[in-house]
Amino acid sequence: MSNVSVQPDDFKKLQRRLLYLRLGLLVGIFLIFSRLGYLQVIKGSYYRDLSEQNRVRTLNIRPARGLIFDRQGELLANNVPSFNLYMTLEDIRDREALAAGLEHLIGLPSDETKKRLARQARSYLPVLLKTGLTLREAALIEGHRLDLPGLRIQAESQRSYVNGPLAGHLLGYVGEVSAEQQDEPAFAGLVQGSFVGKTGVEKTFDQVIRGKPGQKTVEVDARGTERKTLSVQEQTSGDDLYLSIDVPMQRMAENLLGNESGAVVAIDPNNGDVLVMASRPTFDPNVLSHGITGAVWEQIANDIRHPLTNRAIQGQYPPGSTFKIMVASAALESERWSPETRVHCAGAYPFGNHVFRDWKKGGHGSMDLEQAIVNSCDVYFYVLGNRIGVDAIAVAAHQYGLGEPTGVELQGERPGTVPSTEWKRKVRKEAWYPGETISVAIGQGYVTVTPLQMAAAMGAVANGGTLYRPRLVRAIRERSTGQLRDIPPVERGEVPMRENSFAILQNALQGVVTHGTGGRAKSKFVDIAGKTGTAQTVGARPNFEKGQDIPKQFRDHAWFVAFAPVLNPRVAIAVIVENTGHGGTFAAPIAKALIEEYLKEHDRQPDS
Amino acid sequence: MIDSRIPDHFEWRFALVALGILLLGVISIYSATHDLDKTGSLPMYGKQMIWILVGMVAFLVAMAIDYHRLASQAYLIYGLTLVMLVLVLFGGRSSRGAQRWFALGPVAFQPSEVAKLVLVIVLAKYFADVQRTGWIQQVIIPGLLTAPGLLLILKQPDLGTAMSFTFIYLAMVLMGGFHAKTLGMAILFTAMLFPFIWELFWTSLHDYQRERILTFWDPTLDPAGKGYHTLQSQIAIGSGGLWGKGLDEATQSRLRFLPEGHTDFIFAVFAEHWGFIGVAVLFALFAVLIFLIAEIAFKAKDGMGLLLAGGILAMLGFCLIVNVGMTMGVFPIVGIPLPLMSYGGTTTVTTMAALGLLLNVKRRRLTLFY
Repeated sequence: MSNVSVQPDDFKKLQRRLLYLRLGLLVGIFLIFSRLGYLQVIKGSYYRDLSEQNRVRTLNIRPARGLIFDRQGELLANNVPSFNLYMTLEDIRDREALAAGLEHLIGLPSDETKKRLARQARSYLPVLLKTGLTLREAALIEGHRLDLPGLRIQAESQRSYVNGPLAGHLLGYVGEVSAEQQDEPAFAGLVQGSFVGKTGVEKTFDQVIRGKPGQKTVEVDARGTERKTLSVQEQTSGDDLYLSIDVPMQRMAENLLGNESGAVVAIDPNNGDVLVMASRPTFDPNVLSHGITGAVWEQIANDIRHPLTNRAIQGQYPPGSTFKIMVASAALESERWSPETRVHCAGAYPFGNHVFRDWKKGGHGSMDLEQAIVNSCDVYFYVLGNRIGVDAIAVAAHQYGLGEPTGVELQGERPGTVPSTEWKRKVRKEAWYPGETISVAIGQGYVTVTPLQMAAAMGAVANGGTLYRPRLVRAIRERSTGQLRDIPPVERGEVPMRENSFAILQNALQGVVTHGTGGRAKSKFVDIAGKTGTAQTVGARPNFEKGQDIPKQFRDHAWFVAFAPVLNPRVAIAVIVENTGHGGTFAAPIAKALIEEYLKEHDRQPDS
Repeated sequence: MIDSRIPDHFEWRFALVALGILLLGVISIYSATHDLDKTGSLPMYGKQMIWILVGMVAFLVAMAIDYHRLASQAYLIYGLTLVMLVLVLFGGRSSRGAQRWFALGPVAFQPSEVAKLVLVIVLAKYFADVQRTGWIQQVIIPGLLTAPGLLLILKQPDLGTAMSFTFIYLAMVLMGGFHAKTLGMAILFTAMLFPFIWELFWTSLHDYQRERILTFWDPTLDPAGKGYHTLQSQIAIGSGGLWGKGLDEATQSRLRFLPEGHTDFIFAVFAEHWGFIGVAVLFALFAVLIFLIAEIAFKAKDGMGLLLAGGILAMLGFCLIVNVGMTMGVFPIVGIPLPLMSYGGTTTVTTMAALGLLLNVKRRRLTLFY
């Protein structure tokens, strides 16, 4: 070719420059190649591990919780299959899109989803987003899984409370273990996302009934879709609980309370079995167990009637006249008083510069201890209290188990208050005023009790002094062996009173029902002994101290405590109905109906 | 001075190395896509084999026509290429926000891939025509020749091809008149243009491209997010180890942790399956290819042939280093295919045509002695 313009001299230069280019490229390739050697040979096993982490995912198989039965073997809580929606953070590309997509598809609020995502720390553990998907919802999500990577639907067993809200407080509900719960020893070592009891026996006996989770390792692809199962370790179901509760009676108690706020506790005086523990208003543990939204939770938590409060163990009420049982017991054992001691009641008792009134305007006339109990004469007890002193009353009240938790197998139990001079000095940093004793003598002032404490105390009155720890769980059936392991009753203490004194007390309490203030509890079938009470909620009385427990409502709470039959008692009961006035009117019929039902149902011969 | 029997032997060595790499590419495409949804009529590796057949035709054509005739039409060809680059901005098919392809029936044609080779031809022609002296002739004018194509490609935006374009320009300037001052001018010129190009470039980028560049620096910051591709690709390569994992164990590609396994990230697929041993073989093939190309360039009978071969050498070498570098996390992820291995019609056919041009250069050298 003749038209080559580059001269031979320059051509040599061109060739030399070409060598530089070639050298540059070969150096570049060598560097890259060295780096490859580093990645593959030196760091090979490290990246091998990373690729295994990518592909292998360990999933926890939720164990089936133990079943819960009542004392007759009626099922209270079981497990049903449920479609649960999980999400793995690692697989999510766009959180906003996922949250928006879920809101669009199944109406899960997007800020709720984002909050859940933010809480998860470890990116490869699945987070539960929603339980109990409907078939339609599950199908919708499956249909969109390519747009929403990281979601998976898993069929799992889910807690179901077959009677809905029945005994909700007692059973409790379940939920994912929270960070705070994981700090408690009983819940230590649980994997995130485990379901545990949040309240009630579900919580107390969680270790027994929770079972052991299984594990499944699967191979997943980049979208988080399972490709194949690598290994499976089956879950172990939890042990079953047999409660002391009697479902028909529990149901009846809850129905009798109706829409009122209040509580009913019935126990077996012979062993402390809790036959009924009803608290109103109540809630459905199914709703709380199935991952409710923040809004629903707010609504429940902010309800001014506090449906989540178990009034049977958390409601601290002034015992009113039911406390006269403890005051009378103190008097029976006191050197300063005898059952025959008589007091004339003129309807009022002047003390200091104040006049304490009796509930009966004209007064009851001359009374001994038994008559004073039967008629619930306040003046008699004013005089009595003033004579024996608050500390003697406190000793008796403590012997009946008041002022301290009963030790029932539930968390959050309140102790109530039994005031004494020492208590006031310690807690209130003040001296005791004699006038305060007058209020305490009729169960007002600083005294507060829980319905469970009163029922347990009535059990001790009924059985002649043995104070049992209330027992909710009678037996545990071990899943592995099938064996039923009984939980023995526990005696908390003894009320150290002479047999004769119990007889006097029991006789007087029977009189309350036959011809006293508790006439509405009188039964044709069975002899019932009981005591009415009216817990004042506002200082209508002179000298009424503005104590720690002044409720907002103005009407009084109605109390009735009882046991039956008088001979060989089978049941002791405490009923409180908030803001309904006098105990004899509203609470006594509830107690009577329950006692009759219980004794009839259990084929006991009515005492003639 | 050279035995006329040697060339036949020599050509076959060249062709065998190229075919070897192409074959490894087809195998890797199979590895990356064999369990994909088989909704399409023809599997990916089958399509690639068809492209290779088309590429062989292009190879033979490029070898047959005297490259001087091609050089004489260089400016016209470049003009036509620019027209295509303009048209693709209007009529092109859009994929992930970039206007890069023409849809021709079932086939997608990517003009920017062709443009790289055309740029080599036009710059070779420019420097070979007359002795270029002074920085205006050596730097500015070739820069102005490169600029329209570069800007059109940035407009798509196609960052990888734009980088190849810039590198080809620098390499040609380097060869066309290398001395310190000229190279300094070339870099200065590029640097001066940089803010304008960057402005145009950055604003035309799509979010995913910007994020890729920003998170290149630390892919571990957001392993499930923007650094995902880099990290997964690194894992794929590293986990291949010395001996590789084989088809079934190569979970990074089989389970789709590795994105774009058959195109830009084909090297990671290969490295996971075949390990460092396989990588060494592949690199040996590429190194031999580069030696052979450099040899052809060195022994070209004239400036045009040398610059053409040298330009192709620069183009292929750059793509190789940047592509492998990006799969290892050494360079940010830009769309640059691995020559002869990545799936893609335009890139395969263009690269094979470039190889044909190289043999063309070699053949004309020998004809002098016949």
